[in-house]
Amino acid sequence: MLHPETSHSAEEVGGVTSLEGTTVANTPPSTIERERWLHMYMQMLTIRVFEEHVNELYTSAKMPGLAHLYAGEEAVAVGVCEALRRDDYITSTHRGHGHCLAKGAAVDRMFAELLGKEAGYCRGKGGSMHIADQETGNLGANAIVGGSAGIATGAAMSSKMRGSGQVTACFFGDGALGQGVLYETMNMASLWKLPVIYVCENNLYNEYTHYSETTAGTVSGRPQAFGIHTEEVDGQDVRAVYAAAQQLVERARRGEGPAFMICNTYRFYGHHVGDIQRSYYRSKEEEQHWRTQRDPLMLLSAWLIDQRLADPQVFEKIEQRVRAEVAAGVQFALDAPFPDPGEVDQDVYA
Amino acid sequence: MSMLRTTSSQESFGPGKGQQTREITFGLAIREALAEEMRRDPRVYVIGEDVAEAGTPFKVLSGLVEEFGPARVIDSPISEAGITGLGVGAAMTGMRPVVDIMFGDFIGLAMDQIVNQAAKVHYMSGGKLKVPLVVRTTLGATRRSAAQHSQSLHAWVSHIPGLKVALPSTPYDAKGLLKTAIRDDNPVIFFEDKMMYQLKGLVPEGEYTIPLGVASIKREGTDITIVATSSMVQVALAAAEILEKLAISAEVIDPRTTFPLDKQALIESAKKTSRAIVIDEGYERYGVTAEIASVIADGAFYYLDAPVKRMGAMDVPVPFSPVLEDQTVPTANSVAELAKTLCGRT
Repeated sequence: MLHPETSHSAEEVGGVTSLEGTTVANTPPSTIERERWLHMYMQMLTIRVFEEHVNELYTSAKMPGLAHLYAGEEAVAVGVCEALRRDDYITSTHRGHGHCLAKGAAVDRMFAELLGKEAGYCRGKGGSMHIADQETGNLGANAIVGGSAGIATGAAMSSKMRGSGQVTACFFGDGALGQGVLYETMNMASLWKLPVIYVCENNLYNEYTHYSETTAGTVSGRPQAFGIHTEEVDGQDVRAVYAAAQQLVERARRGEGPAFMICNTYRFYGHHVGDIQRSYYRSKEEEQHWRTQRDPLMLLSAWLIDQRLADPQVFEKIEQRVRAEVAAGVQFALDAPFPDPGEVDQDVYA
Repeated sequence: MSMLRTTSSQESFGPGKGQQTREITFGLAIREALAEEMRRDPRVYVIGEDVAEAGTPFKVLSGLVEEFGPARVIDSPISEAGITGLGVGAAMTGMRPVVDIMFGDFIGLAMDQIVNQAAKVHYMSGGKLKVPLVVRTTLGATRRSAAQHSQSLHAWVSHIPGLKVALPSTPYDAKGLLKTAIRDDNPVIFFEDKMMYQLKGLVPEGEYTIPLGVASIKREGTDITIVATSSMVQVALAAAEILEKLAISAEVIDPRTTFPLDKQALIESAKKTSRAIVIDEGYERYGVTAEIASVIADGAFYYLDAPVKRMGAMDVPVPFSPVLEDQTVPTANSVAELAKTLCGRT
């Protein structure tokens, strides 16, 4: 199948260009800024290395089931979650490891859940596609495409009713644009000015089908039809994602209503770990382009070096630290016990 | 559990002795339950299509918005999936929503939110997240509303682990069960027979609740047990009247909730009478009657003098024409005829 547009139309710039055409300028660098970007780099790298290990656990048959890897899209989860408070909510997707980690989940308990162990976030009952962590405001990854739009919007409604000032970020992919419940909930979010940010991660593919084959009209036309403030950003540029998210989150917190972020991005792996032969739906050249030219880690480190905010050794140190942490997390999970079989019928009812 | 059952089966006829009561309709009982729980707990709110000023097409909620305001009695767009989904999210984050789905047929639109979200959040999260959500909806045919406004689909949700399902048959039960449902930390799907909103019954003046999972004997008898739910309880009671004239003593027992199901009470009744018929307004095939008949056949096998029989709605889409529609649901006469046969009378 031919795809005339294999990359996104958004300008690949450090700033954010809103659909209204106004530019949110790059913030002048400072030490605090430097620390922030390095922290985000570490967060993104943690997700990248985490996913590499998930892939390895799968291919070495140490992980039951399968997993949908987030590698390549790290800037979206990290850029958005860094703009949130710890008590703000997120809802996630089947491709959710990155969202959970970015919101503060621990690597070891994440791996434990992926391996079905008792120490996992859901005591092994959820697995890769259902990680929830109340402590960090993660209301759960959802394996129904678009399935968390209701939960996210309802959490925003609850925040508004309780006057808690919490904001909810609802992550979903371009595939969810086909689900009706998304539009039902966006309608109500706009009507009632609910503090929810709809984060559309457009990674170009609904599973194995290019989104242009499934999506009539424009993506931005959808939220705009409901009068929802919409921003389109380069989802590979964590600084752009963060700048937009920060602005939209604060706007929502002030009671100015929901927003919709289109984050143009790309998944480096297939739809899931077993999706190896991909040439029938996307070319090796396209993958290579994104991996070598559009890697969010590379874009951030290059910018930091270019701005003389960091030298290459800093990234080596971060990498050593991250790799050690992730390796320890994997080992923790491998060594952890499975739940007692008697737990099977516990927690069906509260 | 058995203690609980014994004590509550005394009250299960209705209000206890010495309680101040008055006669109110089923619809008013529902409204009172909502109003009392909303006064008691600021986290409780109602959302649905035309629930505020209109008070629903059945006028069940009339007056609620005047007392609680539009922030707690919320008119929504016609978006069953959306409002149920919002209910799930709000319930997970500290509210106790009561979602109004006007016709039970429309739960088809909300099914993903009910089955894949509400029912599974607690389990999938390893017991960390809770969904204290009530979805109120209706069931029942013979309102001449045709195939998409007449079904009784409570079997669908009764099938799903993680959900509780209530279907009261009297004003007393409706009020007591709804109050309990709102206080429950699990998603409860609450079915009201739309033909029963004007039914009157005695309801206490004061505060009371009824636990989920406790059956109610609506009429005591010795020759045959008629298990009946919701709309079919009145049918069963009328059948019992017919049978009494033939010197057949029928016991009518209402499980009141299909989950949790008070299996023991149903089995005990069948053991006592040695015969049982199960009637329910859901479609007969793969229905609530099949589940309950199986429970009785299994639990009372050595006490039974006849096979357990069941009667549900006819397995056809509900037709419009009264002549056709009236054939699709069990009636007092059809139930009495079957009971006579089971009791060896022809």
